[in-house]
Amino acid sequence: MIDALVASLGGVFSASHLIYMGLGVMIGLLVGIIPGLGGIAGMALLLPFLYGMEPGLALGMLMGMVAVIPTGDTFTSVLMGIPGSSASQATVMDGFPLAKKGQAARALASAFLSSLCGGVIGAIVLTGFILVARPLVLAFSSAELFVLTLLGLAMVAVLSGDSLFKGMAACGLGLLAGAIGTAPATGEFRLNLGVEYLFDGIPLIVVGLAIFALPEIVDLLIRRGSIAREQTSLGHGWRQGIRDVVDNRGLVVKCAGMGSLIGTIPGLAGSVVDWLTYAFASKTTKGEKHFGQGDIRGVIAPESANNACACGAMVPTLLFGVPGSGTAAIFLGGLLLLGLEPGVSMITTHLDLTYTIIWSLALANILGAALCLMLARPVSQITRIPFVLLAPVITTLILFAAFQATRSLGDWYTLVAVGAIGLLFKQAGWSRPAFLIGFVLAPGAETYFYQSVQFHGMSAFLRPGVIIILALTALAFAFPLIKRLFQRRRRPLAVGADVNHQAAETPAPTFGKIDLVLVVGMLALAAGAWYDVSGMSMIGGIFPMLAIAIMAVGALLAGAQAWKGQATWVSQPIGQPLVWLGGLLALVVVASLLGFISTAFLMTLGFIRFVAKARWPAAALIAIGIGAFLLGMQALLNLHYPTGWLDAMLF
Amino acid sequence: MHAKPKLSRMPCRRWWIACALALLPLFAEADDSQPMPDTLTWTVPFGVGGGTDVWARFMSHWMAQSLPQHPAIVIDNVPGGGSITGTNLFYTRAQPSGEEMLVTSASTQFPAMLQDPRVRFDYDKWTPIIAAPTGGVVYVQPRFGKETGEILDNLREEPTKFAMQTPTGLEMPVMLAFDMLGLAVEPVFGMRSRGEGRLAFERGEAGVDFQTTSAYFSSVTPLVEAGQAVPLFSLGVMNEEGAIVRDPAFPDLPTFSELYLARPGASRDDVAYEVFHKFFASGYALQKLLLAPKQVDAELLARYRASAKALTTNEDFLAAARQQVGPYEPVVGEVAAKQLASAMELSDARRQWVVDWLKDRYGVRVVTR
Repeated sequence: MIDALVASLGGVFSASHLIYMGLGVMIGLLVGIIPGLGGIAGMALLLPFLYGMEPGLALGMLMGMVAVIPTGDTFTSVLMGIPGSSASQATVMDGFPLAKKGQAARALASAFLSSLCGGVIGAIVLTGFILVARPLVLAFSSAELFVLTLLGLAMVAVLSGDSLFKGMAACGLGLLAGAIGTAPATGEFRLNLGVEYLFDGIPLIVVGLAIFALPEIVDLLIRRGSIAREQTSLGHGWRQGIRDVVDNRGLVVKCAGMGSLIGTIPGLAGSVVDWLTYAFASKTTKGEKHFGQGDIRGVIAPESANNACACGAMVPTLLFGVPGSGTAAIFLGGLLLLGLEPGVSMITTHLDLTYTIIWSLALANILGAALCLMLARPVSQITRIPFVLLAPVITTLILFAAFQATRSLGDWYTLVAVGAIGLLFKQAGWSRPAFLIGFVLAPGAETYFYQSVQFHGMSAFLRPGVIIILALTALAFAFPLIKRLFQRRRRPLAVGADVNHQAAETPAPTFGKIDLVLVVGMLALAAGAWYDVSGMSMIGGIFPMLAIAIMAVGALLAGAQAWKGQATWVSQPIGQPLVWLGGLLALVVVASLLGFISTAFLMTLGFIRFVAKARWPAAALIAIGIGAFLLGMQALLNLHYPTGWLDAMLF
Repeated sequence: MHAKPKLSRMPCRRWWIACALALLPLFAEADDSQPMPDTLTWTVPFGVGGGTDVWARFMSHWMAQSLPQHPAIVIDNVPGGGSITGTNLFYTRAQPSGEEMLVTSASTQFPAMLQDPRVRFDYDKWTPIIAAPTGGVVYVQPRFGKETGEILDNLREEPTKFAMQTPTGLEMPVMLAFDMLGLAVEPVFGMRSRGEGRLAFERGEAGVDFQTTSAYFSSVTPLVEAGQAVPLFSLGVMNEEGAIVRDPAFPDLPTFSELYLARPGASRDDVAYEVFHKFFASGYALQKLLLAPKQVDAELLARYRASAKALTTNEDFLAAARQQVGPYEPVVGEVAAKQLASAMELSDARRQWVVDWLKDRYGVRVVTR
């Protein structure tokens, strides 16, 4: 092991390897920063050059790219509230509120330093762990994976904000949205309304953009001004961000450790890790907490975990040829093209290559995060620009990102439809993460439940692994309670103050007209969806029915709460947001008719001239920039946009 | 050490060529004599990094070398619907200019044969340039025994599981084979890859598993050597007369056909065997296909085929292909066209037989047009 380690370290630090890795890092950052592209586009850029390359160098280039994708996407998550990939969805939760407070540089600096530490810790853990990982990976059968998805769903309770019932309903709706498409157990189609686009289910990236980014844009447009509400000195924030990571080093190590271990479990997509660690941070950290309103620890936890997770995902990829994440799946293709077969040989005869991979990963993390750290300060100035100038650019970026999901117009219409849900949720204070977690975990929960029952029968839930995970979960939830109980005996006075403080933190449930619309809408949807799946076979239809039940019960309870007068009636303005959403819908329709490039150009030009009231030259400059970006991406990455009649004539 | 500067320069030059070629179509003009296009676009209806994508990229490297003027070959991934989406799109949009080709796999062929309602394409409109066959092996947990006969007897007695992706995917002929041998093997669906199926086997959840040849060599051979798996039978390969014979990669392993035909009362004319044979032909004997629209200029098509044919005698290519797909000769030109036409032709009665079999035996409802 030591020989292989030393030999591979020598290779990793050779000049040629460093150059190729640097190239990979550049490409990875480029496709990471642009939302919606991610590893798939990066791989598509690199793959044509891989075949025939020397494996060591090619691996360096591949790893350079793979490593920094969860780093680069932090820019849009923090600055614009656009989750660039599934790995950075939890970062949006606190990163964007920080940007709104004028602390974008602080959030970015913390995020990149945590990414760096997470990546390096992940690599260190992996160096030893990969040698003994085989039995552990094999210990996770479908039953253990099912319990882990349940654990993920339990996070909803932590993340659902002031109303558990609304969180439950939101999660049910997410589960139902995740069940659209094909039943994994029987291959039956369900809930697709006969629309061909829905046969494959809704793409995660579209849901992430719709549920997080769109409502924020609308909100900012209505509020006017810039993203950063409070104008503070940005340079100070940068140094503060570094200090935050140092202050929370324990959290970084814990989350990175969790990330690298959870990453090794194949099938449990990396998108769970950031939520798990986010919830972990919000549960276990001490002192004043502002999670969801801009707590720096809400950025540090998922960011240290997602880079470590990318390291962990290499374990099943290298040992079993079963990719642990979407990016790892593409990496696996690269390995096969290089003539490297994953398997046991990766820790015996090819151990040096394995270590080259792991250490390239660590080095690329350092390089990528250092580059981003340098960029953080200048780039965060973007939050000071008046938002009306940014809005068309961000809207174009979102449409661009959404369309990369399946390259179908369905992506755009789904974006608007789910965006409407996101908008209502935001206005009425329903938990958007609860919806997203339900959506992300729906396929896993259903498939693993079905499989564990098929493989083991009911004894699936008596397996030692299952019991251990359940016990650990119970312990994690019970521990703060026990501790508080213990403290109460010792310091009765202090606790009294604590209780008061908590009561102030959780306000009484509220209810308004949007809540009413959501509750009624969900009940109507429940009836319609139930009708749709009622004709299915038992094993194909049971999961959507369960999702419908969760959603309906949650909605009913939230409604009942208001009916009994336990909730305070609040006014919830919705007219203006809906007008903006209608504008987006109109934009999408026009873009499908005229073509994306010309529409984006004309929309930007018009919006900046007439809504933002800028001068013509400025408007033209930004519009030309957008057109050039779209055309450049098309040529570089062989992308396609909807070509209406105008685009077809011009480009 | 001397190799270093060369290595670092090469991708750089290819970059420039790629950039230049990306701009070329803007200036290219149509010509009556149909010259070799400068850029070929291969639509791959699967995601980047999957088995078919890797094969397409591997082939694009060698085809570009073999074709006169070495055109640049661009891979365009259009994933979705288990390859149906991208193939539909190619079917409706591709121009028969000779610049556009399609790469398909068993998961494209099977839905077409079963007339999946989503399928709008028609293999009759396309013709193969080159096809790559593959084989596959079924293996079992060691507790079922060592000898073929003993294992089969035990599998008939003791119910066990087989981890599959979808009821109508690549493993369907394998499941049919289990049923035809009277084995008490029950499928568990929902695996996202064959690799996940193997993981279920390694965990002991599945008693039997199946891998195609290249995956078998890399991932199952170590298990067999460690005494954790016992190979049972191979699917065999198809010879030029269309009969299934022993797989050259596994000469000592009986084929499914041998085991089935040795059963009392079994014959090649059984409906089940005919159905197996059809799906084996389209899913394994011609697993990966490079197709072009039939209306492409005949001369151009002939040149493509000649280049593909030249590859089958190129030792370097064959050595590389052995590593990628196993020791199987690629099928080219008219032979491939004839085999494909006969494999894809499934009578309504046979299709109904498959639908009924899936429904009665496994409770799976397959919708056909």
